[in-house]
Amino acid sequence: MAKVHQFDALVIGAGGAGLMAALYATKGGANVAVISKLYPTRSHTGTAQGGIGAALGNLEEDRPLWHAYDTVKGGDYLADQNAAMVLASEAVEAVIELEHMGLPFDRTDDGKISQRRFGGHTSNFGEKPVRRACHAADRTGHMILQTLYQQCIKHNVTFFDEFQVVDTIMNQGACVGVVALQMGTGEMHVFHSKATLFATGGWGRVWSVTSNAHSLTGDGAAAVYRRGVPLQDLEFYQFHPTGIYKMGILITEGVRGEGGVLINGRGERFMEKYAPRIKDLASRDVVSRAIYLELREGNGIKGKDYVYLDVTPNTVNKYLAEAGETRRITESDVEKKLPDILDFCRVYLGVDPVKQPMPIQPTAHYAMGGIPTNIDGQVVTDANWTVLPGMYAAGEVACVSCHGANRLGTNSLVDLVVFGRRGGKHMAEYVKHADFIPLPANPAGEVEAEMSRIRNSSGKTKPYELRQAMQKTMMEKVGVFREAKGIEAAIEEVREMKMRYQNDLVIDDKGSKWNTDLLEAWELGCLLDLAEITAISALNRKESRGAHSREDFKERDDVNWQVHTLIKNCAPAPYAKGIYDPEVNVDKKVDMSLAAEDEKFVPKVRAY
Amino acid sequence: MDLTFRIRRFNPEAPEGKRKPYWQEFTLQNVDETDRVLELLHRIKWEQDGTLTLRRACAHGICGSDAMRINGVNKLACKVLAKEVGAKVQIEPILGLPVLKDLVVDMEPFFAHYRSVMPYFINNSAEPARERFQTQHDRELYDDTTKCILCACCTTSCPSYWANGDYVGPAAIVQAHRFIFDTRDEGAKERLDVLADPDGVWRCRTVYNCTPACPRGIQVTRAIGEVKLAIMRGSPEGIIKEGVGEIATSSG
Repeated sequence: MAKVHQFDALVIGAGGAGLMAALYATKGGANVAVISKLYPTRSHTGTAQGGIGAALGNLEEDRPLWHAYDTVKGGDYLADQNAAMVLASEAVEAVIELEHMGLPFDRTDDGKISQRRFGGHTSNFGEKPVRRACHAADRTGHMILQTLYQQCIKHNVTFFDEFQVVDTIMNQGACVGVVALQMGTGEMHVFHSKATLFATGGWGRVWSVTSNAHSLTGDGAAAVYRRGVPLQDLEFYQFHPTGIYKMGILITEGVRGEGGVLINGRGERFMEKYAPRIKDLASRDVVSRAIYLELREGNGIKGKDYVYLDVTPNTVNKYLAEAGETRRITESDVEKKLPDILDFCRVYLGVDPVKQPMPIQPTAHYAMGGIPTNIDGQVVTDANWTVLPGMYAAGEVACVSCHGANRLGTNSLVDLVVFGRRGGKHMAEYVKHADFIPLPANPAGEVEAEMSRIRNSSGKTKPYELRQAMQKTMMEKVGVFREAKGIEAAIEEVREMKMRYQNDLVIDDKGSKWNTDLLEAWELGCLLDLAEITAISALNRKESRGAHSREDFKERDDVNWQVHTLIKNCAPAPYAKGIYDPEVNVDKKVDMSLAAEDEKFVPKVRAY
Repeated sequence: MDLTFRIRRFNPEAPEGKRKPYWQEFTLQNVDETDRVLELLHRIKWEQDGTLTLRRACAHGICGSDAMRINGVNKLACKVLAKEVGAKVQIEPILGLPVLKDLVVDMEPFFAHYRSVMPYFINNSAEPARERFQTQHDRELYDDTTKCILCACCTTSCPSYWANGDYVGPAAIVQAHRFIFDTRDEGAKERLDVLADPDGVWRCRTVYNCTPACPRGIQVTRAIGEVKLAIMRGSPEGIIKEGVGEIATSSG
């Protein structure tokens, strides 16, 4: 029998959103536990590099409304505009609050928080790039994660580290807790709660080239999807333009913010063609597509499938002079502002970015879609914004949707602190008045059965074979560009893999303690589910918008597609054998509240 | 090329009497010289023996999960390339923490030391409406120690820590340093009191193992020296700009 624990509020995942939520729920008086499959400081927030956007205006004039405009435009008019406005306005106090928590931001000459340029962030509604990204060298995410964990220690937040959440417990139409496997012992634990916030991050491991950690397997999204909660806008998955060639490791947009440029095999700064006004600082979907188009034209470096990102002072200063800017950079500026980037390139590529350009290609990076929520982090289950009692989500796993069809750089960190905080605060209030709904009978039974099926399976297929095949399929057919024929093939292939996963799996480790063989296999099940429904969502949306570029529907279609996709599991049980078509619904309209008041927010052709 | 791994294994669930650590060899073919050791351990786990157990997450040196002894030296497996290790590489868990399974050690004693130094910002004055100001110079004083990722490479390379697990260890001192020398922080005195304990900084014998072990390039021994000096003077003020030379001599 599983051990049972009871807390007012649970937070699943200990990255930025989870820790912020835990901190605020705790400060609000709730009895909170954070459950994470990693030690909190291992979470992927720590790898975010370049900055967190907030219209502080420390170096030049800036306004939250301009930040909201950039977010809405960057999201190709699919962002819910109320959420984008909350994001932009609360970003300012959230960043100040992080500083008050001790976060060591870099400083301006007069001792304020320093800010740099970032893709898609402009002043005065798209006029010119603006310095909005608040940074701590190129390890801003590391500093945010450390700072929030430090504050959780200070406030005695309870942690269950290295407990992997494997199921959601529902009863009487509400979320009443989760089931978690204690990695060290292999024992199942039932956590009973009034409120549960999912902050489990993304699922970049669906694709073969990704910036994401091995741990980003979409566990939380899959666990709620299997229990009937719809997921929203999965077709919008961001490929970051600058991953290290073949490895996918992220090279921050901050490199371009400092003046770095993209160069093709002909030595051309090709972004001048695609975004004449802000060039290399166009938003990520635009730059990733430009790179793919250059590669398709045969303009890769030495005819291969990569281009250069060049931040050598000679190149940068040449283009700064051309642009009539007085600013110049030196090797020591690059060393100081981008130490981790230099380290990655020196260690992994043997390339020194202060002297040589870096070989890069787009890398699977960020899920704009996820568990649908309102601006208080409450999970909503339909086009009418019906709240699912007791369930919350924040951070990458959630879809508020403040990012729409394409997230701007720095806005993921803003999202974490702003909506993690709102979710935590709301939970603290909610649990004061809510009662515990009883647990259903044997809440761990179904996932225990699935775990023992995997453990005792005696087929021929090892999990890594399926994982690699899925990653290849998704990279080739549901990547930066997609079309019906390829997506249909991907769905068929992934479903065939799911059948093999159900019927022909084999793992080596039959033990209980620290059985990562078993857990990786279970995670593969999550990835396969997410791959399948990402492809189905992509097939359904017959237009191109933001990160979703259909070669057979090249234009954005605001008449028919200014809507969110909701995809819902129709299988009779979470681990039912066989393949079941999910239900796809496109009735949920995008919130256009800013456009109702200001013409600038009305959808128009997106040019940079 | 081919690469042979000699890996220290331990299965906590082996039958009584056989529950002992042992060495096992694996050979991988088609190894590229730029493959990361972590990728190669994954190949062993995925292709040859799924019971091989290790921690990992980000795979590029930021999360701090995959610290291990590689050819006798503490490293992150994701930051070592095949070309750096020779034709045969030896892999063991980091030393000084209980081994739970294969390369997985019990990190709890390490994090307990971390928590003991009050590793969080302390400033009880009223919060200003905007950010607290800090000069670029003052921000620079503690820059190095903000890089720490709590991977434990330093602490588990320290002979003083191996000899006495009650020693707070280099990583916890680095974390304390990050706050002690932050001009915005007001908790320096309390932290210096904690670190003046017999199991605090004075267990450091300046062996210097910690500094080369740090995958983030932090000058760990220097940071410990600066904390020692702050304890002797009763205050962190003015220490860092006076330079390393004096610190080295003062701390013996």
